[in-house]
Amino acid sequence: MSRFVVASIGPASSVQDGGRHGAQRYGLTVSGAMDRLSLAAANTLVGNEPLAAAVEIGPFGATFTARDGAVRVAISGAPRNADVAGKPVAMDSSVTLKDGETLTLGFARGGAFTYLALEGGIKGELVFGSLAVNARAGLGSPYPRPLQAGDEFTVDAASGAPELRIELPKPVSGPIRVLLGPQDDEFDDANKALFLESEWKISATSDRMGYRLEGPAIKHLHGHNIVSDGTVNGSIQVPGNGSPIALMMDRGTSGGYPKIATVITADVGRLAQTSAGTAFRFKQVSMAEAQDEARKFAQLIRNLPDRLRSSDTVELNIEALSDANVAGYAVSAVDAGTWQVTAEP
Amino acid sequence: MAATLPPPRLLPSGDSAVTVEFSRTIDDDANQRVLALDKALAASPIDGITETVPTYRSLLVHYDPGKIGFDALGEKILPIATRPLPPATKARRWRIPVAYGGEHGIDLEDVAKALNTTPDDIIARHAGGDYKVAMIGFTPGWSYLSGLDKSLHMSRRQSPRLLTPAGTISIGGIQAGIQCLAAPSGWHLLGRTPVRTYQLHRNPTFLTEPGDRVTFFAIDHKTFEDMDRAAEAGEIVAEQVVA
Repeated sequence: MSRFVVASIGPASSVQDGGRHGAQRYGLTVSGAMDRLSLAAANTLVGNEPLAAAVEIGPFGATFTARDGAVRVAISGAPRNADVAGKPVAMDSSVTLKDGETLTLGFARGGAFTYLALEGGIKGELVFGSLAVNARAGLGSPYPRPLQAGDEFTVDAASGAPELRIELPKPVSGPIRVLLGPQDDEFDDANKALFLESEWKISATSDRMGYRLEGPAIKHLHGHNIVSDGTVNGSIQVPGNGSPIALMMDRGTSGGYPKIATVITADVGRLAQTSAGTAFRFKQVSMAEAQDEARKFAQLIRNLPDRLRSSDTVELNIEALSDANVAGYAVSAVDAGTWQVTAEP
Repeated sequence: MAATLPPPRLLPSGDSAVTVEFSRTIDDDANQRVLALDKALAASPIDGITETVPTYRSLLVHYDPGKIGFDALGEKILPIATRPLPPATKARRWRIPVAYGGEHGIDLEDVAKALNTTPDDIIARHAGGDYKVAMIGFTPGWSYLSGLDKSLHMSRRQSPRLLTPAGTISIGGIQAGIQCLAAPSGWHLLGRTPVRTYQLHRNPTFLTEPGDRVTFFAIDHKTFEDMDRAAEAGEIVAEQVVA
């Protein structure tokens, strides 16, 4: 066994997995990773189950040190500069830290959450099948709270497997897709249109419980108090002040404000990765399209192992780097994942 | 054949959940139908349903759209949801001890004043009630009770408190509640119970279920301390009444 020590870490960083299901009827919050696809990609890179527990790292930087042996890890999600002992590590790839080496992750350069998966998984005590941290209820393992410097994980010694990278599909851009309802009839057509046609920004006061949306005030038809009913990840409720809140993974299991719309499953992670202050819009889709996208999203996660590539198939491609910069994508010369072109095996 | 009941509304809650809504208001008949549907789905599961969450007036049904689509699920739920209610079965009944007033129920005197009566009368009316767990939500174990005596109906506090103690017994609007963990609340705090409706390493982890019946009885503050220690050590301390 090796140890993986948190040398430094910012707020909003915690152990998360696929969440705690089956006890919402008792008021138990689901929790789990804000961006499931990135969690699954990181886990797949080190041979873990896709929704196994990993470290969800908030927008600030973090450093981790391997002790008592080598540790193999992988990163995916919000892009950031990363290195092990000074040697750059690309996003969406695995890397092995030798005993005593440190992985340094910079600030997120767009997005919010990066996932750090540990080969062999995180060891802890499952509660309702999950290690996910739910600080309010004192749940989560090995630490029932956000991570702090000095925390450490007991991990399997690195397998010595060759390093891998994962080729994820091009990120979907464009509006966040929603289904209207369940309480869209609490709003008139003008206010539904205002919701769907306005530009929104995520407030800096957002957290894992909910993303507060800044934009025009949405007015209710019959006031803002409804009798509490159940919530889901991505429920968009409109409280009395008219500023919508998208409920995220640490949401209460029930809520008493009308919910005008619900973010589709395939886009909840995209919303989670939208940085505070970035302008975006919503787009209404049909149930058929939303469910089709949900099935494709589940299939994408299931089939992630098919997207693994050997790390040494990456070739430097200056032309691609230049094209990418011309096109205005976020690329970084030190993050090959953002620009290098791959030679297919 | 018995006539079927009016169909509930099937409201999409995204692509992986449907809200089966029986009423827009708090209504005991609707809550009975919610709990009956919940029970029926537990007894004969529909493939694709992953979790159900009963609330006052609706049942939230989580499902896997990879296994069943919205329309197909609705077609399976509706005949079950419109079945006449089965004859009432004996519900579990809990007697919950409460230390009323003082530091444990800081709003008791104000509630008595607002209702032009004495704290003892408020305690008698609250403890004399026969309640049903209509739903559990907000935070683990927070049990929302229907059946509050009409004379105790009063609107919630103008400004909610940011933190109220674990075990708080309170009333708000037409509802009564048993709160397990410390949490924000805009309700009126009448007392505290040593009973944990949620305790992680205890079997059962969750004490109350939607549909359970609840009555309260007053205990003094010394008894509260003793029971609180026992409860902390994992004892249930609530009395289960065998009917």
